[in-house]
Amino acid sequence: MQEQEEIYSLEDQKRIALRNCGLIDPEEIRDYIARDGYKALAKTVRRSSPPEIIAEVKSSGLRGRGGGGFPTGVKWELTREAVGREKYVICNADEGDPGAFMDRSLLEGDPHSIVEGLTIAAYAVGAQQGYVYVRAEYPLAVRRLEKAITDAKELGLIGKNIFRSNFSFDLEVRVGAGAFVCGEETALLNSVQGDRGDPRGKPPFPATEGLWGQPTVINNVETLANIPQIILKGGDWYSQLGTADSTGTKVFALAGDVCNTGLVEVPMGTTLKEIIFDLGGGIPDNKGFKAAQTGGPSGGCLPEEHLDIPMEYDTLIEVGSMMGSGGLIVMDEETCMVDVARFYLEFTQDEACGKCTPGRVGTKRLLETLNKIVEGRGEVEDIEKLKALSRDIKKTALCGLGQSAPNPILSTLQYFEEEYKAHVIDKDCPAGVCEELV
Amino acid sequence: MSTKTISQEIEKQELDSDQQRFAELDKIIAANKGQAGVLINVLHKAQQLYGYLPREVQLRIAEKLEVPFSKVYSVVSFYSLFSTELQGEKTIEVCTGTACYVKGAADVVSKLESELGIAAGDTTEDGLFTLKTTRCVGVCSLAPVILVEDDVHGDIEIDKTAELLDKYK
Ligand SMILES: Cc1cc2nc3c(=O)[nH]c(=O)nc-3n(C[C@H](O)[C@H](O)[C@H](O)COP(=O)(O)O)c2cc1C
Ligand code: FES
Repeated sequence: MQEQEEIYSLEDQKRIALRNCGLIDPEEIRDYIARDGYKALAKTVRRSSPPEIIAEVKSSGLRGRGGGGFPTGVKWELTREAVGREKYVICNADEGDPGAFMDRSLLEGDPHSIVEGLTIAAYAVGAQQGYVYVRAEYPLAVRRLEKAITDAKELGLIGKNIFRSNFSFDLEVRVGAGAFVCGEETALLNSVQGDRGDPRGKPPFPATEGLWGQPTVINNVETLANIPQIILKGGDWYSQLGTADSTGTKVFALAGDVCNTGLVEVPMGTTLKEIIFDLGGGIPDNKGFKAAQTGGPSGGCLPEEHLDIPMEYDTLIEVGSMMGSGGLIVMDEETCMVDVARFYLEFTQDEACGKCTPGRVGTKRLLETLNKIVEGRGEVEDIEKLKALSRDIKKTALCGLGQSAPNPILSTLQYFEEEYKAHVIDKDCPAGVCEELV
Repeated sequence: MSTKTISQEIEKQELDSDQQRFAELDKIIAANKGQAGVLINVLHKAQQLYGYLPREVQLRIAEKLEVPFSKVYSVVSFYSLFSTELQGEKTIEVCTGTACYVKGAADVVSKLESELGIAAGDTTEDGLFTLKTTRCVGVCSLAPVILVEDDVHGDIEIDKTAELLDKYK
């Protein structure tokens, strides 16, 4: 049903996560095996101890690709050291960022790399059961993943006594049911348990108390897709790519007002300009660039003056956005930034689970104020109100969804405050988007 | 046959198909029972069977899986993909993800609303179409995107939506 995306890359040898996408038949396990598939698992299970695997991943410098950027090796180590009856590994394939499709392409284009990566994680932390939590909106991904698991079981690559060792591992797919908050790891745990996806307070972190209260690793799809290559080629090799704090490559889903939409995999530290203009071919119809949105509903909008920043976890946070999972939406000059903020708030407001007051009521007040502004009823004080309320919500919300919900407002205010002022003072929408103001 | 017996016959057939569906539902439940965390899975399968999750179905699931009805109901109401109302024969979903938003999804929604004479979330009077908005369906390169009965239609042009719908009538 859904075709493979175009993939753009600066140098083809820099494709790590996407190395097989579009090149193999994802439903044919032997295609994957022919491209060194399951070799990393064999090396892991037959020749390495769990601490050795963890050390390798730590030395790679790999940080979580789901948005948080937490060092993967450290997460595994914490889970390995935690005391529990049993341990679990979960792949987060909820891909909630609206406008992102890296994980879908990986699941559909190379499902075995996720199965292999997760099995290696299980060996490293001492888990015998794993789950892949996929959003229901991705039926083809679910089908391919299920086939991959069945085929891997048939060949003895997962299941009992893998590679004749005493390591056994079983894997199941769990399908979501349309709730953005379930991408947040603690809500995801509840959903895998078959419950409402209400987030839990942290700490305790999943590494110590996760699924059914047991130590659990939760990793994003792309994070896991990097693992087999790190095990085969070594952590040092991986850490040479990218920058000192953000090693390796990152896949971005380029969409919106850009000529070449599709996936790009680039070394960390590549600039926004290189991605949007060199790989993406710039803005269509000779229009001007206005902003690039990264980090989805938890992220921010970056203006032209930041086109030269390197895409790295920490740099992006410094300028008021975040890496997020890799959604990269380009907006041309005909985009109204107040309406963009309203769009994201409508999303987070609708998706807030309602458990905490800042998440439930706070986001509602923010949205009401933004609606007022785009409808031409805004007042000058509204801008200050937005700022103050945003800061309060960030400090007091229970989970990541609420804490990051104000980010689209704060970043558009940081770089496009003039546009807010035009709406409330001059009753004008400079981009010509807000109907009541043109 | 007299009119009376015909209507009785239809009623009986309907009853049979109801019972058949219940039997199927019971099979789904039995296959999952006793395993941890299967409620969402069972609800998905039940919704495939019925097209939605009416109260009787939720009650049956609660009873047979031996979980409180309140829990079944709270899970059903939490997730947006579970529906407690009968849906139209065909579902039209307009993607309102970010890429589609940037490419004018809002205009697509209003165009379809006026064409079908219903608001998003509702079903046409003849029961043919349910119009919905959906979260990103992951084909953002094709924005704006709509799904009709799971067929993906990308690069939607506003003045061609009528033609597109005709194909599904
Ligand atoms: C509101 C919210 C939504 C999230 N959605 C996702 C998601 O869709 N996919 C994902 O991998 N991580 C998501 N995350 C991050 C996860 O909580 C978690 O950090 C991640 O899965 C860990 O994997 P990683 O260390 O490999 O990145 C989300 C976080 C928040 C706060
Ligand atoms: S935003 Fe519409 S398909 Fe992704």
